[in-house]
Amino acid sequence: MSSAIAAPPDLIAKYEPVIGLEVHVQLATNTKIFCGCATSFGAPPNTNVCPVCLGLPGALPVLNRRAVEMAIKAGLALNCTVNRRSQFARKNYFYPDLPKGYQISQYDLPVAEHGWVEVEVGGVKKRIGITRVHMEDDAGKSIHDGFRDSDKYTYVDLNRSGTPLIEIVTEPDIRSSDEAYAFLTELKQILQYQECSTCDMEKGHLRCDANVSVRLKGAEKFGTKAEVKNVNSFRFVKLALDYEIERQVAVVDGGGRILQETRLFNPDTGETVGMRSKESAHDYRYFPEPDLVPLRISEEWMDEIRQDMPELPQARRARYMADFGLREYDAGVLTATRATSDFFEAVSKAAGDPRAAANWVMGDLMGALKAENKEIAESPVSAQNLGELIALIGKGEISGKLAKEIFAKMLSTGEAPRAIMEREGLKQISDSGALEKIVDQVIASNPKQLEQYRGGKTTVLAFFVGQVMKATRGQANPAAVNELLKAKLG
Amino acid sequence: MKITDKEVRYVAALANLTLTEDEIGRMVHDLDEILTHIDKLNELDTSAVEPMAQVLYDADETATLRADVEQPSLTNEAAVANAVKSGAGYYKVPLVIER
Repeated sequence: MSSAIAAPPDLIAKYEPVIGLEVHVQLATNTKIFCGCATSFGAPPNTNVCPVCLGLPGALPVLNRRAVEMAIKAGLALNCTVNRRSQFARKNYFYPDLPKGYQISQYDLPVAEHGWVEVEVGGVKKRIGITRVHMEDDAGKSIHDGFRDSDKYTYVDLNRSGTPLIEIVTEPDIRSSDEAYAFLTELKQILQYQECSTCDMEKGHLRCDANVSVRLKGAEKFGTKAEVKNVNSFRFVKLALDYEIERQVAVVDGGGRILQETRLFNPDTGETVGMRSKESAHDYRYFPEPDLVPLRISEEWMDEIRQDMPELPQARRARYMADFGLREYDAGVLTATRATSDFFEAVSKAAGDPRAAANWVMGDLMGALKAENKEIAESPVSAQNLGELIALIGKGEISGKLAKEIFAKMLSTGEAPRAIMEREGLKQISDSGALEKIVDQVIASNPKQLEQYRGGKTTVLAFFVGQVMKATRGQANPAAVNELLKAKLG
Repeated sequence: MKITDKEVRYVAALANLTLTEDEIGRMVHDLDEILTHIDKLNELDTSAVEPMAQVLYDADETATLRADVEQPSLTNEAAVANAVKSGAGYYKVPLVIER
Protein backbone atom coordinates (compact mmCIF):
# COMPACT_ATOMS: atom_id res chain seq x y z
CA MET A 1 0.00 0.00 0.00
CA SER A 2 3.02 2.26 0.39
CA SER A 3 3.38 2.31 -3.38
CA ALA A 4 1.57 5.66 -3.75
CA ILE A 5 3.58 7.71 -6.19
CA ALA A 6 4.87 10.93 -4.73
CA ALA A 7 3.86 14.07 -6.58
CA PRO A 8 6.47 16.84 -6.87
CA PRO A 9 5.54 20.20 -5.30
CA ASP A 10 5.23 22.01 -8.64
CA LEU A 11 2.67 19.43 -9.74
CA ILE A 12 0.72 19.71 -6.48
CA ALA A 13 0.70 23.47 -6.97
CA LYS A 14 -1.37 23.03 -10.14
CA TYR A 15 -4.14 21.47 -8.11
CA GLU A 16 -6.47 22.79 -5.48
CA PRO A 17 -7.57 20.56 -2.60
CA VAL A 18 -11.18 20.78 -1.45
CA ILE A 19 -11.65 19.71 2.16
CA GLY A 20 -14.63 19.37 4.45
CA LEU A 21 -14.40 18.20 8.03
CA GLU A 22 -16.70 16.20 10.29
CA VAL A 23 -15.79 16.69 13.91
CA HIS A 24 -17.25 14.62 16.74
CA VAL A 25 -17.06 16.33 20.09
CA GLN A 26 -17.89 14.80 23.46
CA LEU A 27 -20.05 17.12 25.54
CA ALA A 28 -18.87 17.81 29.09
CA THR A 29 -21.97 16.51 30.89
CA ASN A 30 -21.86 14.45 34.08
CA THR A 31 -24.18 11.83 32.67
CA LYS A 32 -24.96 10.18 29.36
CA ILE A 33 -27.27 11.69 26.77
CA PHE A 34 -30.28 9.41 27.32
CA CYS A 35 -29.70 7.91 30.79
CA GLY A 36 -28.24 8.77 34.20
CA CYS A 37 -25.03 6.69 33.90
CA ALA A 38 -21.79 8.59 34.53
CA THR A 39 -19.62 9.64 31.60
CA SER A 40 -16.43 9.33 33.69
CA PHE A 41 -13.34 8.11 31.89
CA GLY A 42 -11.37 5.08 33.02
CA ALA A 43 -14.03 3.24 35.05
CA PRO A 44 -13.78 -0.58 35.14
CA PRO A 45 -15.42 -2.10 32.02
CA ASN A 46 -19.22 -2.26 31.88
CA THR A 47 -19.85 -0.52 35.19
CA ASN A 48 -21.29 2.78 33.91
CA VAL A 49 -24.12 0.99 32.15
CA CYS A 50 -27.88 0.54 32.55
CA PRO A 51 -30.73 -0.93 30.51
CA VAL A 52 -30.94 2.24 28.34
CA CYS A 53 -27.31 2.39 27.22
CA LEU A 54 -27.11 -1.40 26.98
CA GLY A 55 -30.04 -1.31 24.57
CA LEU A 56 -32.07 -3.78 26.62
CA PRO A 57 -35.61 -4.37 25.35
CA GLY A 58 -38.20 -1.94 26.67
CA ALA A 59 -35.75 0.61 28.03
CA LEU A 60 -36.66 4.17 27.06
CA PRO A 61 -34.29 7.07 26.44
CA VAL A 62 -34.85 10.45 28.15
CA LEU A 63 -32.86 13.38 26.81
CA ASN A 64 -30.32 15.15 29.06
CA ARG A 65 -31.25 18.84 29.35
CA ARG A 66 -27.66 19.92 29.92
CA ALA A 67 -26.50 18.14 26.76
CA VAL A 68 -29.10 20.11 24.79
CA GLU A 69 -27.90 23.37 26.35
CA MET A 70 -24.31 22.60 25.41
CA ALA A 71 -25.29 21.71 21.84
CA ILE A 72 -27.21 24.98 21.56
CA LYS A 73 -24.27 26.94 22.96
CA ALA A 74 -21.97 25.30 20.45
CA GLY A 75 -24.41 26.15 17.66
CA LEU A 76 -24.68 29.79 18.72
CA ALA A 77 -20.93 30.14 19.20
CA LEU A 78 -20.44 28.79 15.67
CA ASN A 79 -22.84 31.44 14.33
CA CYS A 80 -25.51 28.88 13.46
CA THR A 81 -29.26 29.21 13.38
CA VAL A 82 -30.67 27.13 16.22
CA ASN A 83 -33.75 25.22 15.12
CA ARG A 84 -36.60 25.74 17.55
CA ARG A 85 -37.78 22.28 16.67
CA SER A 86 -35.41 19.45 15.93
CA GLN A 87 -35.85 15.74 15.65
CA PHE A 88 -33.89 12.66 16.60
CA ALA A 89 -33.53 9.83 14.11
CA ARG A 90 -32.31 6.27 14.15
CA LYS A 91 -29.25 5.45 12.11
CA ASN A 92 -29.35 1.69 11.67
CA TYR A 93 -26.28 -0.52 11.43
CA PHE A 94 -24.90 -3.62 13.10
CA TYR A 95 -21.75 -3.64 15.16
CA PRO A 96 -21.05 -5.30 18.53
CA ASP A 97 -20.27 -1.99 20.26
CA LEU A 98 -23.68 -0.64 19.22
CA PRO A 99 -26.04 -2.68 21.40
CA LYS A 100 -29.29 -1.06 20.24
CA GLY A 101 -28.57 -1.87 16.61
CA TYR A 102 -28.96 1.82 15.82
CA GLN A 103 -27.39 5.09 16.80
CA ILE A 104 -29.74 7.85 17.95
CA SER A 105 -28.67 10.83 15.88
CA GLN A 106 -30.29 13.72 14.05
CA TYR A 107 -30.87 13.68 10.33
CA ASP A 108 -33.16 16.07 8.52
CA LEU A 109 -33.75 18.39 11.47
CA PRO A 110 -30.46 19.00 13.32
CA VAL A 111 -30.33 21.21 16.40
CA ALA A 112 -28.35 23.94 14.59
CA GLU A 113 -27.23 24.74 11.04
CA HIS A 114 -25.86 27.36 8.62
CA GLY A 115 -23.02 28.84 10.66
CA TRP A 116 -19.39 29.83 10.15
CA VAL A 117 -16.03 30.11 11.87
CA GLU A 118 -13.42 32.68 10.97
CA VAL A 119 -9.85 31.46 10.68
CA GLU A 120 -6.62 33.23 9.86
CA VAL A 121 -3.87 31.58 7.82
CA GLY A 122 -0.78 33.49 6.72
CA GLY A 123 -2.38 36.79 7.70
CA VAL A 124 -5.48 36.16 5.56
CA LYS A 125 -8.85 35.89 7.27
CA LYS A 126 -11.42 33.50 5.90
CA ARG A 127 -14.78 32.10 6.88
CA ILE A 128 -15.32 28.35 6.95
CA GLY A 129 -19.00 27.50 6.65
CA ILE A 130 -20.65 25.20 9.19
CA THR A 131 -23.28 23.04 7.51
CA ARG A 132 -24.79 21.68 10.67
CA VAL A 133 -24.40 20.75 14.32
CA HIS A 134 -26.32 17.69 15.42
CA MET A 135 -26.58 15.67 18.62
CA GLU A 136 -26.05 11.93 18.88
CA ASP A 137 -25.00 9.16 21.24
CA ASP A 138 -21.60 7.51 21.11
CA ALA A 139 -21.01 3.78 20.65
CA GLY A 140 -19.14 1.53 23.06
CA LYS A 141 -15.57 0.38 22.63
CA SER A 142 -14.35 -2.76 20.90
CA ILE A 143 -11.02 -4.12 22.02
CA HIS A 144 -9.41 -6.24 19.34
CA ASP A 145 -6.21 -7.27 21.04
CA GLY A 146 -4.36 -7.59 24.31
CA PHE A 147 -6.26 -10.56 25.72
CA ARG A 148 -5.11 -14.17 25.82
CA ASP A 149 -7.95 -15.20 23.50
CA SER A 150 -7.96 -12.07 21.35
CA ASP A 151 -7.44 -14.31 18.33
CA LYS A 152 -10.92 -15.73 18.94
CA TYR A 153 -12.90 -12.95 20.58
CA THR A 154 -13.44 -9.22 20.46
CA TYR A 155 -13.96 -7.68 23.89
CA VAL A 156 -16.66 -5.04 24.26
CA ASP A 157 -16.90 -2.31 26.91
CA LEU A 158 -20.14 -0.33 26.83
CA ASN A 159 -19.19 2.38 29.35
CA ARG A 160 -18.86 4.86 26.50
CA SER A 161 -22.15 3.78 24.93
CA GLY A 162 -24.61 6.67 25.20
CA THR A 163 -22.02 9.39 25.82
CA PRO A 164 -23.36 12.68 24.41
CA LEU A 165 -21.69 13.92 21.24
CA ILE A 166 -22.22 16.71 18.82
CA GLU A 167 -21.12 16.27 15.25
CA ILE A 168 -20.02 19.45 13.55
CA VAL A 169 -19.98 19.29 9.76
CA THR A 170 -18.24 21.98 7.70
CA GLU A 171 -18.91 23.10 4.16
CA PRO A 172 -16.22 22.04 1.65
CA ASP A 173 -14.61 25.47 2.17
CA ILE A 174 -11.17 24.40 3.33
CA ARG A 175 -8.39 24.67 0.75
CA SER A 176 -5.25 23.52 2.56
CA SER A 177 -4.09 21.41 5.46
CA ASP A 178 -3.03 24.62 7.21
CA GLU A 179 -6.58 25.95 6.97
CA ALA A 180 -7.88 22.68 8.39
CA TYR A 181 -5.42 22.95 11.27
CA ALA A 182 -6.38 26.59 11.93
CA PHE A 183 -10.08 25.70 11.81
CA LEU A 184 -9.71 22.87 14.32
CA THR A 185 -7.64 25.04 16.65
CA GLU A 186 -10.26 27.79 16.55
CA LEU A 187 -13.12 25.30 16.95
CA LYS A 188 -11.48 23.69 19.96
CA GLN A 189 -10.91 27.08 21.58
CA ILE A 190 -14.52 28.14 21.01
CA LEU A 191 -15.92 24.92 22.48
CA GLN A 192 -13.62 25.10 25.48
CA TYR A 193 -14.64 28.72 26.11
CA GLN A 194 -18.28 27.70 26.09
CA GLU A 195 -17.40 24.80 28.37
CA CYS A 196 -19.25 22.51 25.96
CA SER A 197 -16.34 20.11 25.93
CA THR A 198 -12.90 19.70 27.40
CA CYS A 199 -11.79 18.69 23.88
CA ASP A 200 -9.24 16.33 25.43
CA MET A 201 -7.97 14.52 22.35
CA GLU A 202 -6.12 11.85 24.29
CA LYS A 203 -9.43 10.76 25.76
CA GLY A 204 -11.09 10.90 22.35
CA HIS A 205 -13.24 13.92 23.24
CA LEU A 206 -12.59 15.38 19.81
CA ARG A 207 -12.37 13.11 16.76
CA CYS A 208 -12.04 14.23 13.21
CA ASP A 209 -12.92 12.79 9.79
CA ALA A 210 -11.91 14.64 6.63
CA ASN A 211 -13.44 14.57 3.15
CA VAL A 212 -10.77 15.37 0.61
CA SER A 213 -10.77 15.83 -3.14
CA VAL A 214 -8.52 17.65 -5.58
CA ARG A 215 -9.25 19.56 -8.78
CA LEU A 216 -7.16 21.54 -11.24
CA LYS A 217 -6.92 25.15 -10.12
CA GLY A 218 -9.69 27.15 -11.73
CA ALA A 219 -11.90 24.11 -12.29
CA GLU A 220 -15.44 24.44 -10.98
CA LYS A 221 -16.41 20.84 -10.56
CA PHE A 222 -15.30 19.05 -7.41
CA GLY A 223 -13.22 15.91 -7.82
CA THR A 224 -14.28 12.57 -6.34
CA LYS A 225 -13.69 12.64 -2.61
CA ALA A 226 -12.17 10.14 -0.25
CA GLU A 227 -12.97 10.16 3.45
CA VAL A 228 -10.06 9.96 5.87
CA LYS A 229 -11.32 8.59 9.16
CA ASN A 230 -10.53 8.92 12.83
CA VAL A 231 -7.50 11.09 12.86
CA ASN A 232 -6.90 11.72 16.51
CA SER A 233 -4.64 14.74 16.74
CA PHE A 234 -4.55 18.07 14.89
CA ARG A 235 -1.00 17.38 13.78
CA PHE A 236 -2.09 14.03 12.32
CA VAL A 237 -4.97 15.78 10.51
CA LYS A 238 -2.43 17.99 8.80
CA LEU A 239 -0.14 15.05 7.98
CA ALA A 240 -3.02 12.89 6.76
CA LEU A 241 -4.35 15.69 4.55
CA ASP A 242 -0.93 16.45 3.09
CA TYR A 243 -0.45 12.79 2.27
CA GLU A 244 -3.93 12.38 0.83
CA ILE A 245 -3.64 15.53 -1.33
CA GLU A 246 -0.33 14.35 -2.72
CA ARG A 247 -1.69 10.85 -3.35
CA GLN A 248 -4.77 12.15 -5.17
CA VAL A 249 -2.78 14.59 -7.30
CA ALA A 250 -0.47 11.76 -8.33
CA VAL A 251 -3.41 9.52 -9.24
CA VAL A 252 -5.40 12.19 -11.10
CA ASP A 253 -2.38 13.58 -12.92
CA GLY A 254 -1.41 10.09 -13.98
CA GLY A 255 -4.81 9.79 -15.65
CA GLY A 256 -6.23 7.59 -12.90
CA ARG A 257 -9.52 7.85 -11.03
CA ILE A 258 -10.04 8.52 -7.33
CA LEU A 259 -12.26 5.90 -5.73
CA GLN A 260 -14.96 7.18 -3.44
CA GLU A 261 -13.85 5.29 -0.38
CA THR A 262 -13.01 5.47 3.30
CA ARG A 263 -9.33 5.56 4.15
CA LEU A 264 -7.58 5.16 7.48
CA PHE A 265 -4.56 7.23 8.48
CA ASN A 266 -1.63 5.28 9.83
CA PRO A 267 0.40 7.55 12.10
CA ASP A 268 3.40 5.19 12.00
CA THR A 269 3.84 5.45 8.24
CA GLY A 270 2.16 8.84 7.71
CA GLU A 271 0.04 7.25 4.96
CA THR A 272 -3.65 6.77 4.39
CA VAL A 273 -4.81 3.29 3.43
CA GLY A 274 -8.08 2.37 1.74
CA MET A 275 -10.50 0.16 3.67
CA ARG A 276 -12.54 -2.53 1.97
CA SER A 277 -15.80 -0.78 1.18
CA LYS A 278 -19.07 -2.61 1.57
CA GLU A 279 -21.84 -1.95 -0.91
CA SER A 280 -24.43 -1.34 1.77
CA ALA A 281 -22.17 0.59 4.11
CA HIS A 282 -23.98 3.87 3.58
CA ASP A 283 -27.57 2.73 3.67
CA TYR A 284 -28.49 3.53 7.26
CA ARG A 285 -32.26 3.60 6.75
CA TYR A 286 -32.73 6.71 8.86
CA PHE A 287 -36.16 7.21 10.32
CA PRO A 288 -37.55 9.44 13.11
CA GLU A 289 -36.81 8.06 16.59
CA PRO A 290 -40.24 7.06 17.92
CA ASP A 291 -39.03 6.86 21.54
CA LEU A 292 -38.23 10.56 21.74
CA VAL A 293 -40.49 13.55 21.23
CA PRO A 294 -39.19 16.22 18.90
CA LEU A 295 -36.95 18.70 20.70
CA ARG A 296 -38.69 22.04 21.16
CA ILE A 297 -36.75 25.02 22.45
CA SER A 298 -38.68 27.99 23.83
CA GLU A 299 -37.67 31.63 23.50
CA GLU A 300 -37.16 31.83 27.29
CA TRP A 301 -34.80 28.87 27.29
CA MET A 302 -32.82 30.35 24.42
CA ASP A 303 -32.48 33.62 26.35
CA GLU A 304 -31.29 31.78 29.43
CA ILE A 305 -28.65 29.96 27.39
CA ARG A 306 -27.48 33.13 25.63
CA GLN A 307 -27.00 34.90 28.95
CA ASP A 308 -24.88 32.05 30.19
CA MET A 309 -22.47 32.29 27.24
CA PRO A 310 -19.11 34.00 27.73
CA GLU A 311 -17.58 36.32 25.18
CA LEU A 312 -15.77 34.37 22.45
CA PRO A 313 -11.98 34.31 22.19
CA GLN A 314 -11.88 36.39 19.00
CA ALA A 315 -13.99 39.11 20.63
CA ARG A 316 -11.78 39.05 23.72
CA ARG A 317 -8.62 39.37 21.66
CA ALA A 318 -10.06 42.40 19.87
CA ARG A 319 -11.11 43.98 23.17
CA TYR A 320 -7.72 43.45 24.81
CA MET A 321 -6.06 45.19 21.88
CA ALA A 322 -8.54 48.07 21.67
CA ASP A 323 -9.22 48.72 25.35
CA PHE A 324 -6.01 47.61 27.04
CA GLY A 325 -3.58 48.51 24.29
CA LEU A 326 -2.10 45.01 24.24
CA ARG A 327 -0.19 43.73 21.24
CA GLU A 328 -1.87 41.09 19.07
CA TYR A 329 0.57 38.41 20.16
CA ASP A 330 0.01 39.13 23.85
CA ALA A 331 -3.77 39.25 23.38
CA GLY A 332 -3.48 35.82 21.73
CA VAL A 333 -1.47 34.35 24.60
CA LEU A 334 -3.87 35.73 27.20
CA THR A 335 -6.95 34.33 25.42
CA ALA A 336 -5.45 30.95 24.55
CA THR A 337 -7.74 29.28 27.06
CA ARG A 338 -10.75 30.56 28.91
CA ALA A 339 -9.04 29.83 32.23
CA THR A 340 -6.08 32.03 31.28
CA SER A 341 -8.31 34.77 29.97
CA ASP A 342 -10.61 34.77 33.01
CA PHE A 343 -7.57 34.77 35.31
CA PHE A 344 -5.99 37.68 33.47
CA GLU A 345 -9.20 39.70 33.64
CA ALA A 346 -9.51 39.12 37.37
CA VAL A 347 -5.88 40.18 37.91
CA SER A 348 -6.38 43.21 35.73
CA LYS A 349 -9.48 44.25 37.65
CA ALA A 350 -7.80 43.91 41.05
CA ALA A 351 -4.63 45.64 39.82
CA GLY A 352 -6.40 48.47 38.02
CA ASP A 353 -3.69 48.26 35.38
CA PRO A 354 -4.31 45.84 32.48
CA ARG A 355 -0.88 46.23 30.91
CA ALA A 356 0.98 45.54 34.13
CA ALA A 357 -1.41 42.64 34.74
CA ALA A 358 -0.62 41.27 31.26
CA ASN A 359 3.12 41.47 31.93
CA TRP A 360 2.88 39.73 35.28
CA VAL A 361 0.55 36.98 34.04
CA MET A 362 2.54 36.23 30.88
CA GLY A 363 5.94 36.67 32.50
CA ASP A 364 6.36 35.81 36.16
CA LEU A 365 3.21 33.76 36.65
CA MET A 366 3.26 31.67 33.46
CA GLY A 367 7.00 31.16 33.84
CA ALA A 368 6.62 29.88 37.39
CA LEU A 369 3.68 27.64 36.45
CA LYS A 370 5.50 26.22 33.47
CA ALA A 371 8.51 25.40 35.63
CA GLU A 372 6.23 23.35 37.86
CA ASN A 373 4.20 21.91 34.99
CA LYS A 374 0.99 23.43 36.32
CA GLU A 375 -2.10 24.78 34.61
CA ILE A 376 -3.29 28.28 35.40
CA ALA A 377 -6.24 26.78 37.26
CA GLU A 378 -3.74 25.25 39.69
CA SER A 379 -1.93 28.54 40.30
CA PRO A 380 -0.96 28.87 43.98
CA VAL A 381 -1.24 32.64 43.56
CA SER A 382 -4.86 33.73 43.21
CA ALA A 383 -5.83 36.33 40.62
CA GLN A 384 -6.99 38.64 43.42
CA ASN A 385 -3.66 38.42 45.24
CA LEU A 386 -1.60 38.97 42.11
CA GLY A 387 -3.77 41.98 41.29
CA GLU A 388 -3.20 43.39 44.78
CA LEU A 389 0.54 42.94 44.43
CA ILE A 390 0.51 44.93 41.18
CA ALA A 391 -1.64 47.60 42.81
CA LEU A 392 0.91 47.92 45.63
CA ILE A 393 3.63 48.69 43.08
CA GLY A 394 1.34 51.20 41.40
CA LYS A 395 0.77 52.97 44.71
CA GLY A 396 4.51 53.12 45.35
CA GLU A 397 4.25 51.01 48.48
CA ILE A 398 6.73 48.50 47.15
CA SER A 399 9.40 48.57 44.48
CA GLY A 400 9.34 46.27 41.48
CA LYS A 401 12.27 44.38 42.97
CA LEU A 402 10.53 43.90 46.29
CA ALA A 403 7.40 42.81 44.43
CA LYS A 404 9.35 39.98 42.80
CA GLU A 405 10.55 38.88 46.21
CA ILE A 406 7.03 38.93 47.60
CA PHE A 407 5.72 37.14 44.50
CA ALA A 408 8.19 34.29 45.07
CA LYS A 409 6.82 33.92 48.61
CA MET A 410 3.23 34.08 47.34
CA LEU A 411 4.05 31.21 44.99
CA SER A 412 5.20 28.99 47.82
CA THR A 413 2.65 29.96 50.47
CA GLY A 414 -0.37 31.17 48.49
CA GLU A 415 -0.67 34.09 50.91
CA ALA A 416 -1.87 37.61 50.14
CA PRO A 417 0.93 40.13 49.49
CA ARG A 418 0.03 42.29 52.48
CA ALA A 419 0.22 39.34 54.86
CA ILE A 420 3.73 38.53 53.61
CA MET A 421 4.83 42.17 53.81
CA GLU A 422 3.63 42.50 57.36
CA ARG A 423 5.11 39.23 58.56
CA GLU A 424 8.48 39.83 56.94
CA GLY A 425 8.55 43.56 57.53
CA LEU A 426 8.92 44.07 53.79
CA LYS A 427 7.47 47.50 53.39
CA GLN A 428 8.91 50.02 51.03
CA ILE A 429 10.45 52.94 52.88
CA SER A 430 9.22 56.11 51.19
CA ASP A 431 9.13 58.17 54.33
CA SER A 432 11.81 60.79 53.75
CA GLY A 433 12.69 61.11 57.45
CA ALA A 434 13.59 57.46 57.75
CA LEU A 435 15.35 57.41 54.40
CA GLU A 436 17.33 60.55 55.15
CA LYS A 437 18.94 58.92 58.14
CA ILE A 438 20.08 55.94 56.08
CA VAL A 439 21.28 58.15 53.22
CA ASP A 440 23.33 60.23 55.63
CA GLN A 441 24.92 57.12 57.09
CA VAL A 442 25.80 55.75 53.66
CA ILE A 443 27.37 59.02 52.57
CA ALA A 444 29.34 59.33 55.79
CA SER A 445 30.79 55.83 55.54
CA ASN A 446 31.93 56.22 51.92
CA PRO A 447 34.11 59.36 51.85
CA LYS A 448 36.16 58.16 48.86
CA GLN A 449 33.13 57.81 46.62
CA LEU A 450 31.79 61.13 47.88
CA GLU A 451 35.00 62.81 46.76
CA GLN A 452 34.75 61.14 43.34
CA TYR A 453 31.17 62.31 42.94
CA ARG A 454 31.96 65.85 43.91
CA GLY A 455 34.94 65.70 41.58
CA GLY A 456 32.51 65.26 38.68
CA LYS A 457 32.21 61.47 38.44
CA THR A 458 28.42 61.49 38.73
CA THR A 459 28.14 57.82 37.75
CA VAL A 460 29.07 57.02 41.35
CA LEU A 461 25.44 57.89 42.16
CA ALA A 462 24.51 54.36 41.22
CA PHE A 463 26.94 53.07 43.84
CA PHE A 464 25.25 55.15 46.53
CA VAL A 465 21.77 54.02 45.44
CA GLY A 466 22.97 50.43 45.64
CA GLN A 467 24.37 50.97 49.14
CA VAL A 468 21.10 52.48 50.34
CA MET A 469 19.10 49.64 48.85
CA LYS A 470 21.43 47.16 50.50
CA ALA A 471 21.11 48.90 53.86
CA THR A 472 17.31 48.78 53.57
CA ARG A 473 17.20 45.23 52.21
CA GLY A 474 15.72 46.55 48.98
CA GLN A 475 12.85 48.24 50.71
CA ALA A 476 13.73 51.84 49.95
CA ASN A 477 11.68 53.58 47.28
CA PRO A 478 14.31 53.95 44.51
CA ALA A 479 12.88 57.22 43.20
CA ALA A 480 12.91 58.79 46.66
CA VAL A 481 16.47 57.54 47.28
CA ASN A 482 17.67 59.01 44.00
CA GLU A 483 16.21 62.39 44.81
CA LEU A 484 17.54 62.48 48.34
CA LEU A 485 21.03 61.43 47.27
CA LYS A 486 21.19 64.04 44.52
CA ALA A 487 20.20 66.75 46.97
CA LYS A 488 22.67 65.63 49.64
CA LEU A 489 25.61 64.93 47.35
CA GLY A 490 24.90 68.09 45.36
CA MET B 1 -45.61 -5.28 -8.41
CA LYS B 2 -44.33 -2.42 -6.26
CA ILE B 3 -41.39 -4.28 -4.84
CA THR B 4 -39.01 -6.79 -6.35
CA ASP B 5 -37.46 -9.92 -5.04
CA LYS B 6 -34.08 -8.21 -5.21
CA GLU B 7 -35.21 -5.32 -3.01
CA VAL B 8 -36.55 -7.69 -0.38
CA ARG B 9 -33.22 -9.53 -0.28
CA TYR B 10 -31.38 -6.20 0.03
CA VAL B 11 -33.54 -4.93 2.91
CA ALA B 12 -33.32 -8.32 4.65
CA ALA B 13 -29.53 -8.20 4.40
CA LEU B 14 -29.45 -4.68 5.88
CA ALA B 15 -31.58 -5.92 8.77
CA ASN B 16 -29.33 -8.94 9.29
CA LEU B 17 -32.20 -11.31 8.51
CA THR B 18 -31.77 -14.66 6.84
CA LEU B 19 -34.93 -15.52 4.91
CA THR B 20 -35.79 -18.75 3.15
CA GLU B 21 -36.91 -18.63 -0.49
CA ASP B 22 -40.41 -19.28 0.76
CA GLU B 23 -40.28 -16.36 3.19
CA ILE B 24 -38.91 -14.05 0.52
CA GLY B 25 -41.91 -14.84 -1.65
CA ARG B 26 -44.27 -14.08 1.23
CA MET B 27 -42.44 -10.81 2.05
CA VAL B 28 -42.67 -9.65 -1.56
CA HIS B 29 -46.41 -10.30 -1.45
CA ASP B 30 -47.02 -8.67 1.96
CA LEU B 31 -44.84 -5.63 1.34
CA ASP B 32 -46.49 -5.17 -2.02
CA GLU B 33 -49.89 -5.01 -0.35
CA ILE B 34 -48.61 -2.55 2.26
CA LEU B 35 -47.16 -0.30 -0.42
CA THR B 36 -50.41 -0.47 -2.36
CA HIS B 37 -52.24 0.68 0.74
CA ILE B 38 -49.75 3.54 1.21
CA ASP B 39 -50.50 4.59 -2.37
CA LYS B 40 -54.13 4.76 -1.42
CA LEU B 41 -53.24 7.05 1.55
CA ASN B 42 -51.11 9.18 -0.76
CA GLU B 43 -54.23 10.12 -2.68
CA LEU B 44 -54.98 12.57 0.12
CA ASP B 45 -53.47 16.02 -0.32
CA THR B 46 -51.37 16.57 2.82
CA SER B 47 -49.16 19.31 1.41
CA ALA B 48 -50.47 21.81 3.97
CA VAL B 49 -50.00 19.46 6.93
CA GLU B 50 -46.80 19.46 8.96
CA PRO B 51 -45.27 15.97 9.05
CA MET B 52 -45.76 14.39 12.46
CA ALA B 53 -43.15 11.98 13.75
CA GLN B 54 -44.55 11.85 17.26
CA VAL B 55 -48.00 12.41 18.70
CA LEU B 56 -46.75 13.19 22.20
CA TYR B 57 -46.06 16.89 22.12
CA ASP B 58 -47.90 20.11 21.89
CA ALA B 59 -45.82 22.39 24.11
CA ASP B 60 -43.48 25.32 23.37
CA GLU B 61 -40.71 23.49 25.09
CA THR B 62 -40.09 19.79 25.39
CA ALA B 63 -41.14 18.83 28.89
CA THR B 64 -39.55 15.42 28.88
CA LEU B 65 -35.94 16.27 29.61
CA ARG B 66 -33.89 14.99 32.50
CA ALA B 67 -31.51 16.88 34.78
CA ASP B 68 -27.84 16.02 34.35
CA VAL B 69 -27.75 14.05 37.57
CA GLU B 70 -26.08 10.70 37.98
CA GLN B 71 -28.26 7.68 38.72
CA PRO B 72 -27.01 4.31 39.93
CA SER B 73 -25.77 2.03 37.16
CA LEU B 74 -25.95 -1.74 37.06
CA THR B 75 -23.18 -3.73 38.67
CA ASN B 76 -20.76 -5.34 36.28
CA GLU B 77 -22.08 -8.78 37.29
CA ALA B 78 -25.64 -7.76 36.41
CA ALA B 79 -24.52 -6.06 33.19
CA VAL B 80 -22.85 -9.16 31.78
CA ALA B 81 -25.15 -11.73 33.44
CA ASN B 82 -27.06 -12.53 30.27
CA ALA B 83 -24.14 -12.30 27.89
CA VAL B 84 -23.52 -15.40 25.83
CA LYS B 85 -19.87 -15.02 26.67
CA SER B 86 -18.03 -12.66 28.99
CA GLY B 87 -14.67 -12.32 30.66
CA ALA B 88 -12.63 -9.77 32.65
CA GLY B 89 -15.81 -7.71 32.95
CA TYR B 90 -16.22 -7.45 29.18
CA TYR B 91 -18.72 -8.86 26.72
CA LYS B 92 -16.96 -11.29 24.43
CA VAL B 93 -18.19 -11.54 20.86
CA PRO B 94 -16.98 -13.53 17.86
CA LEU B 95 -13.93 -11.91 16.36
CA VAL B 96 -14.65 -8.63 14.62
CA ILE B 97 -12.26 -7.77 11.85
CA GLU B 98 -11.90 -4.00 11.74
CA ARG B 99 -13.85 -2.88 8.75
